[in-house]
Amino acid sequence: MTRSKRIAGTIAHRSAILVYIVVALFPLYWLLKVSVTPNDLLYSEGVRLWPSHASVDHYLFVLKHSDFPRFFQNSVIVSGSTAFIVTILASCAGYALSRFAFRGKYWIVILMLLTQMFPLVMLIAPIFKMLSPLGLTNSLTGLVIVYVAFNVPFATFLMQSFFDGIPKDLEEAAMIDGATRFRAFSQIILPLTLPGIAATLGFVFTAAWSELLFALMLISSSGVSTFPVGLLSFVSKFSVDFGQMMAAGVLALIPACLFFLFIQRYLVQGLTAGAVKG
Amino acid sequence: MASIDIADIRKAYGPVHVLHGIDLSIHDGEFVVLVGPSGCGKSTLLRMIAGLEDISAGEIRIDGRRVNDLEPKDRDIAMVFQSYALYPHMTVAENMSYSLRLRRTAKERIAAAISGAATKLGLDALMARRPRALSGGQRQRVAMGRAIVRAPKAFLFDEPLSNLDARLREQMRGEIKKLHQSLGATSIYVTHDQIEAMTLADRIVAMNAGLVQQVGSPLDLYDRPANLFVAGFIGSPAMNMFNGTYCANSAGPAIEVQGGTRIPLQRQHQIADGAAITVGIRPEHIPVGATNDAGIRCKVELVEPTGLGTILHIRPFGTTLKAFTLNRDVSGSDAVTIRLPAEWLHLFDAQSGQRLP
Repeated sequence: MTRSKRIAGTIAHRSAILVYIVVALFPLYWLLKVSVTPNDLLYSEGVRLWPSHASVDHYLFVLKHSDFPRFFQNSVIVSGSTAFIVTILASCAGYALSRFAFRGKYWIVILMLLTQMFPLVMLIAPIFKMLSPLGLTNSLTGLVIVYVAFNVPFATFLMQSFFDGIPKDLEEAAMIDGATRFRAFSQIILPLTLPGIAATLGFVFTAAWSELLFALMLISSSGVSTFPVGLLSFVSKFSVDFGQMMAAGVLALIPACLFFLFIQRYLVQGLTAGAVKG
Repeated sequence: MASIDIADIRKAYGPVHVLHGIDLSIHDGEFVVLVGPSGCGKSTLLRMIAGLEDISAGEIRIDGRRVNDLEPKDRDIAMVFQSYALYPHMTVAENMSYSLRLRRTAKERIAAAISGAATKLGLDALMARRPRALSGGQRQRVAMGRAIVRAPKAFLFDEPLSNLDARLREQMRGEIKKLHQSLGATSIYVTHDQIEAMTLADRIVAMNAGLVQQVGSPLDLYDRPANLFVAGFIGSPAMNMFNGTYCANSAGPAIEVQGGTRIPLQRQHQIADGAAITVGIRPEHIPVGATNDAGIRCKVELVEPTGLGTILHIRPFGTTLKAFTLNRDVSGSDAVTIRLPAEWLHLFDAQSGQRLP
């Protein structure tokens, strides 16, 4: 390839990436823009990329005068516990599916797949009916249980595929070296599955963090509302507080971003390179 | 060090039977090679000794102690895997010391053990590296180092050289043999490579289709293969086989092959006159002479120079045979004379494939 062709190719490639980034990030930018636009400029300035003067009033209002801090706290509790419980269950189940042959394994996998086939809307009424007599509606515990139940199958498949990628020889070598199966799992296999665990934690955390349907149906008091439900409270009968809603949205992004920042170093692949031939 | 006794070991995966009753006694300090084609059950047998596969029936004893129900960790054996199976998140030193750390060995003893093994295997400069920063040969050495630091009762090798290139394989073969001579450890080595088996073994166990075909010293198997399988498997290039009829008339015992050629035999065999037999002869045991020598005249169809000599493809009586000669000046389409010396012929029952008494 000639030099000019190569440069043209590079430019085309980078432009395509740029277009993608702009399209993907523009809504976030708009969120930020609206959140710093004072109410009096929101409709008066027309469509502008940045308001003529910005303010943090919406943020202050959201933090001081709304239930947002409570929603936020509820969301952290629900998403954090869901991610934690699901990852532990999925790691154990994924390891079992990956390594052991047992009676009924095939049917368990089919059953788990089956649970993923129903639209959530179909299940809301029966779930409400089940949780209600147990006193688990309108409670964070109930929400965590439902989220765990819905996320475990997929997370299990995810973890299983990570375990499948780790050669069986490694734990066999450890067992011959003198480790019990559990020790081989915890000292040899688990450290190599950190990227998988990080991916599962991240996936489940964000899924629970942004879940609206169940939260809306199972929670009725604002004291136990999660943040997506809370956001709806900015929509009143006669108006929508766009500025405050967007400010709350920006604030809600922060933990998700921090979470990914924290786990991203485990998301790198290639940790198992050098274990076996190749 | 220990002896290993295997009694009527069987393995079945559901309805599929992989091992059909294996009996084998391995003496203290012996180097035994299990050899056979892929799927013959040799690796399964090794894994059963290691405790990585359940035993369907039969008994395994290590040093007289029944180990059928013992966990791998309690059998005190070490294993070198085909894939090396090094722990990727540990350095070479940590890989080698893992088994000792699990046994809560004193730090000074661990350091002494791994430095001794490292020196023996030439790994001193690599101790702080991770497996991914090592070449294939180095990884292989670390895997062996991990096995020897602990001075186990027995070493198990599962095709440890098959991922290396030909030169490195030859070198490592020599090192394994040297290591065995210096440690004198009971070793079981699985391979499908008959050269590895011949060069390393005190005794070879040839396996096929889940059965032991023959147990003996490398030269036993080479000189007196018990059946057609062993005859064809051991030796490279492989033994020539052709069909014939056993004749035991007044002219003395002989084999009659296609076209009426008679090959005289040294002695009578316990088989009926006129019975169909399979005859084997190794390529290096067929003397090749000039056309005016006495013998069977035939044309050379193909010539394979090996450097040391030449492998000739010839067709003396309707069957292609290979003959190895040190003469390097033979060319295709030459005519040669071959002889089939009676002392080098191996006779097998054509039906059962067993060596004729």
